[in-house]
Amino acid sequence: MSSSAATPAVPDALPEVKADRIPLLLIPALALLALPAIGSFSTWVTLTFAGLAMGMIIFIIASGLTLVFGLMDVLNFGHGVFITLGAFLAVSVLGAMAPWSTSDRMILNVAVVLVAMLVAMVVTGAVGLGYERLIIRPVYGNGLKQILITMGGMIVGEELIKVIWGPQAIPLPLPTAFRGSVLFGEAAVERYRLIAVVIGLIVFAAMIWVLSNTKVGLLIRAGVHDREMVESLGYHIRRLFVGVFVAGSALAGLGGVMWGLYQQGVMPQMGSAVNVLLFIVIIIGGMGSVGGCFIGALLVGLVANYTGFLVPKVALFSNILLMVVILLWRPAGLYSVGKR
Amino acid sequence: MLSRILSGDFPRSRVLTAVLIVVVLGLALAPFVFPGARALNVAAKICVFIVLVASFDLLLGYTGIVSFAHTMFFGIGAYGVAVAITRMGPSWAAVAAGVGVALVLSFALSLVIGLFSLRVKAMFYAMITLAVAVAFQTLASQLSDLTGGEDGLSFKVPELLTPSFSLSETPFLGVSLNGKLISYYLLFAATVLLFLVMLRIVNSPFGRVLQAIRENEFRAEALGYRTVAYRTASNVLSASFATLAGALLALWLRYNGPDTSLSFEIMIDILLIVVIGGMGTLYGAVVGSAIFIIAQNYLQDLMKLASNATSGVPVLRDLLHPDRWLLWLGLLFIISVYRFPIGIVGKLRVNAWIKARAKAMAAATAKGVS
Repeated sequence: MSSSAATPAVPDALPEVKADRIPLLLIPALALLALPAIGSFSTWVTLTFAGLAMGMIIFIIASGLTLVFGLMDVLNFGHGVFITLGAFLAVSVLGAMAPWSTSDRMILNVAVVLVAMLVAMVVTGAVGLGYERLIIRPVYGNGLKQILITMGGMIVGEELIKVIWGPQAIPLPLPTAFRGSVLFGEAAVERYRLIAVVIGLIVFAAMIWVLSNTKVGLLIRAGVHDREMVESLGYHIRRLFVGVFVAGSALAGLGGVMWGLYQQGVMPQMGSAVNVLLFIVIIIGGMGSVGGCFIGALLVGLVANYTGFLVPKVALFSNILLMVVILLWRPAGLYSVGKR
Repeated sequence: MLSRILSGDFPRSRVLTAVLIVVVLGLALAPFVFPGARALNVAAKICVFIVLVASFDLLLGYTGIVSFAHTMFFGIGAYGVAVAITRMGPSWAAVAAGVGVALVLSFALSLVIGLFSLRVKAMFYAMITLAVAVAFQTLASQLSDLTGGEDGLSFKVPELLTPSFSLSETPFLGVSLNGKLISYYLLFAATVLLFLVMLRIVNSPFGRVLQAIRENEFRAEALGYRTVAYRTASNVLSASFATLAGALLALWLRYNGPDTSLSFEIMIDILLIVVIGGMGTLYGAVVGSAIFIIAQNYLQDLMKLASNATSGVPVLRDLLHPDRWLLWLGLLFIISVYRFPIGIVGKLRVNAWIKARAKAMAAATAKGVS
């Protein structure tokens, strides 16, 4: 959709949109504020990495949720099921390939985790396709029914997972190469947390690249901003939406694998337990905004870890407090999107 | 007379009337007709859930608001009684104080939540209440000095309600007249009273405005109703009735903990009942609660039989496992939401209405011919 040269009256470049960078500063500001409160530098490094790792995983899970909402006003209360499904698939894959996962050779360890992630993403993506067809489409456009029916999807999904894998919690040990910690000076950082941060950054970068450099990304961003306009230009926003929903489900599956490995165990209720956290993150970020979701997730991760160390009693409510503070400052979330 | 009691809101379907009479009679005569502690517990739980679900229907079915914080108010009521009796000893004054404090707390909380967040879209409200409910549950299990933490509180009830209290030595119709029986009838009477009060509310002009808001908020606002005020009032009323239901539960169980009154499972139960029974009709709460609680307690026995019968078939056996009863109710829930959102009661009423109309039309044509 480049501006054609035949109409010189149209200026070549659109006027610059002033970038809103203040929310970006929140993360370093928070980290710096926490440093004197914690006192010890090495503890601070450990906690910061723990918080970033947790935040990255939450971001991977929540990004699909926020985009799906932004595009079609669909809020999937059953998003947690995809996390649980991904995590249980990781258990099965790692269990089936146990010799690889317990091997001393790093390449086999990495391979087994990659296979688990791939399987989880393919399966949750496929389930997402069916879920959209069966659960979301029949009640499309009716907010009340949508909340109820996606909640129903959550209940049934969780029960089906119990049918397949059983109701009990299952341990999910990390492959050998991912265990242990790396020392930065005196600060010990768990190796898996570093890996989680790296994967999170890759997913974030890939997502931003797709959204800003491809035509599909352009359509998604335009659709989030103003759906009717995109439709009136002749694009099938429904088809786009199905694609985003499937991608969001697959990302939730990937996040589930990572979350399961992070907790080193899975249980059927893990998805619904994370649900609340996801909602808080996407509200903080501004519903529909990927960038806001990223910052929101990192803030939630960091605050949870810092308060968990400083004032454990408050840690249980830290997310809600964070949400209240952010919403008092910006009632529509960090980055408000479109007309909402 | 009957019209006044039911606030002019009759079942309007012969089948529904029959079902309601069976449920009410069954609950009224439960101690005599269904012997055994388990049956009485089931009956008591149905009573509590009728109030709880009807109060949720005020919000969901009549006003069109989805809240996930309903168990919070239920829990406040239950904890109010439990904490007050634990502190002040088993007296009626303690019960009154507990209920009073709980009502005030629920009132304040629901007012604040309502005023702050009922201006936003349904989805945000659902999310915010979900977050608040989770936070409250955490708070309740953390304040272990006050609430007993995860273990909850076991307490004594006023002497009149204890099983050792006896009205007469001779059993009446084979049932000993003890405090447990009095306790049950107190619960039953309270349920009937609260239900009729709610029926009165939804059939008042105020209730009509709520329904107008549900159907078309913009139009209601244009007609001059301050929708935020009405929605907040509905939120507060619903919270108050849920609090009373919680107090009744605590008095019956003589125990309260996070899992009995605050857990998210109960919230899901409420949702299932209100949708399967029928949104927007309080009778749905009665029918739904009776069906659901009976299913919860006895469906599992049935499923055990089915599961044993199919023990040779691998997947079917697991699907029919007694612990998977929620799966089937969840499926029923999904089907209800998009095949018949008016629920069992709505369906029965519509069927009766269609039948009556067909009859009237047949009569009219017969008249025309002759």
